Amino acid sequence: MSSSNDPDTSGAGAAAGRGVAGRPPWMLVLPAVAGLAFLVLPLAGLLVRAPWSTLLQRLAEPQVLEALRLSLLCATAATAVCVLLGVPLAWLLARVEFPGRRVARALVTVPLVLPPVVGGVALLLVLGRRGLAGQWLESAFGITLPFTTAGVVVAEAFVAMPFLVISVEGALRGADRRFEEAAATLGASRWTVFRRVTLPLVMPGVVAGAVLCWARALGEFGATITFAGNFPGTTRTMPLAVYLALETEPEAAVVLSLVLLTVSVVILACLRDRWVNSP
Amino acid sequence: MFRRLSRWAVAAPVALVIAGLSGCGSGEPATSSASTSAAAAAKEVNVFAAASLTETFTELGRTFETAHPGTTVKFNFGSSATLAQQIVQGAPADVFAAASPATMKTVTDASPASGPTTFVRNKLEIAVPKDNPAKVDELKDLTDPKVKVALCAEQVPCGAAAVKALEAAGLKVTPVTLEQDVKATLTKVELGEVDAALVYATDVIASAGKVQGIDFPEADKAINDYPIATLSKAPAGDLAKQFADLVLSQQGQDVLTRAGFQSP
Repeated sequence: MSSSNDPDTSGAGAAAGRGVAGRPPWMLVLPAVAGLAFLVLPLAGLLVRAPWSTLLQRLAEPQVLEALRLSLLCATAATAVCVLLGVPLAWLLARVEFPGRRVARALVTVPLVLPPVVGGVALLLVLGRRGLAGQWLESAFGITLPFTTAGVVVAEAFVAMPFLVISVEGALRGADRRFEEAAATLGASRWTVFRRVTLPLVMPGVVAGAVLCWARALGEFGATITFAGNFPGTTRTMPLAVYLALETEPEAAVVLSLVLLTVSVVILACLRDRWVNSP
Repeated sequence: MFRRLSRWAVAAPVALVIAGLSGCGSGEPATSSASTSAAAAAKEVNVFAAASLTETFTELGRTFETAHPGTTVKFNFGSSATLAQQIVQGAPADVFAAASPATMKTVTDASPASGPTTFVRNKLEIAVPKDNPAKVDELKDLTDPKVKVALCAEQVPCGAAAVKALEAAGLKVTPVTLEQDVKATLTKVELGEVDAALVYATDVIASAGKVQGIDFPEADKAINDYPIATLSKAPAGDLAKQFADLVLSQQGQDVLTRAGFQSP
């Protein structure tokens, strides 16, 4: 995937290893290789079984393009929501002492481990037409989120936001506070300090978090199908299209999966370098 | 000390993998003798059944276990189309009960099976939330754009039946969502997220009053036959046949008709 860093890192690693203990121990190498195979083989299987001869034709089908367009649109909108809400949230968690901060930090990461379907059910119970907040949204503004594209964005943002918050919070904690203090001593307000000093300082973290967030939103399935439903053109994103295609036309599902896999690998390969280079 | 630790480092993952594999295999706790594996497999019958059969088959499974002490009936309920794909891809099914002949054909085309025999038929109903907020009382009401309708996706049997019924009625309904199986469709009604849905009459009964069912005449043109088959490659061949016989027996039919299914 990302080969640009491999020569020097592997060279340095091998030299250091030789210096300490000679050959790498097989007790580590064997499980490591098994682990690698376990993670990579299913992806290879997708490539082997792909109907290459009809690939382009299948990709050009209107339903596929529609699902792809919707996926890209919703993942981008969800990322925008996550950046707007997640960066201030990360700042709060990293920079402000308040009671219950540890609990807040734990809660923020819950969607990361929660089964997405559970997330979808929770969203439905709160933002659904009969939900706690949804009821009020409908009566006051006539807005209902389930079965709308906005609902997809909400579901994706819910699942993807922790990735952004974690990434930005880490960057904030790693950033040098002296720049902020200097700016403050020179008379800048806290808002100006955040905007002109802190934000540029942690920008690599924000970008990395946003890209990861986008990739996660693109692959979101469980919360989307539970909360937003499944209708072509409105809520049927690529992962939902894959699931439905599997019911009748496994080959089409393979093609769609391949598209998602390609996008994910490209994103992560680009991101890997950023992670390695940023503090 | 270091050597012992490193040995553990290998032993732990290996043990986990072995535990995982044996867990996937028979599901029975490992017994002492090696020759019991065949016997253990024969004591378990894997039934793949359409989501709409969840309640009735669970009951029949308990009946079967009582009649065959030491036997476990394991169910995999879901959309017939998904189950069919799983079986074609090699899932260890002994019995397959589908909600439509088309999904059954997917399986019987790919691997030999005995049967399939139609054991029940099911009819669609309009399901509405208990308080019926959109005042739906006939199929035509679903065409009103203000009424939010959920249908099953066309790829799954309840969706195919819905399309057939709407075609027979000459109506065009634009649903807000196409759900992946009939239970998911019903849930959207139960939660009040949609005003109406087309589900099986049996699902309305199974919801125990959480939704209201409305009959409509065109449903007669879209009745789904439910076929059951035992798969020839079934590891528990005899038990599989006995389970299918139970479903087809008078006792089985009683359980099914009580739940709202019609006898074929």
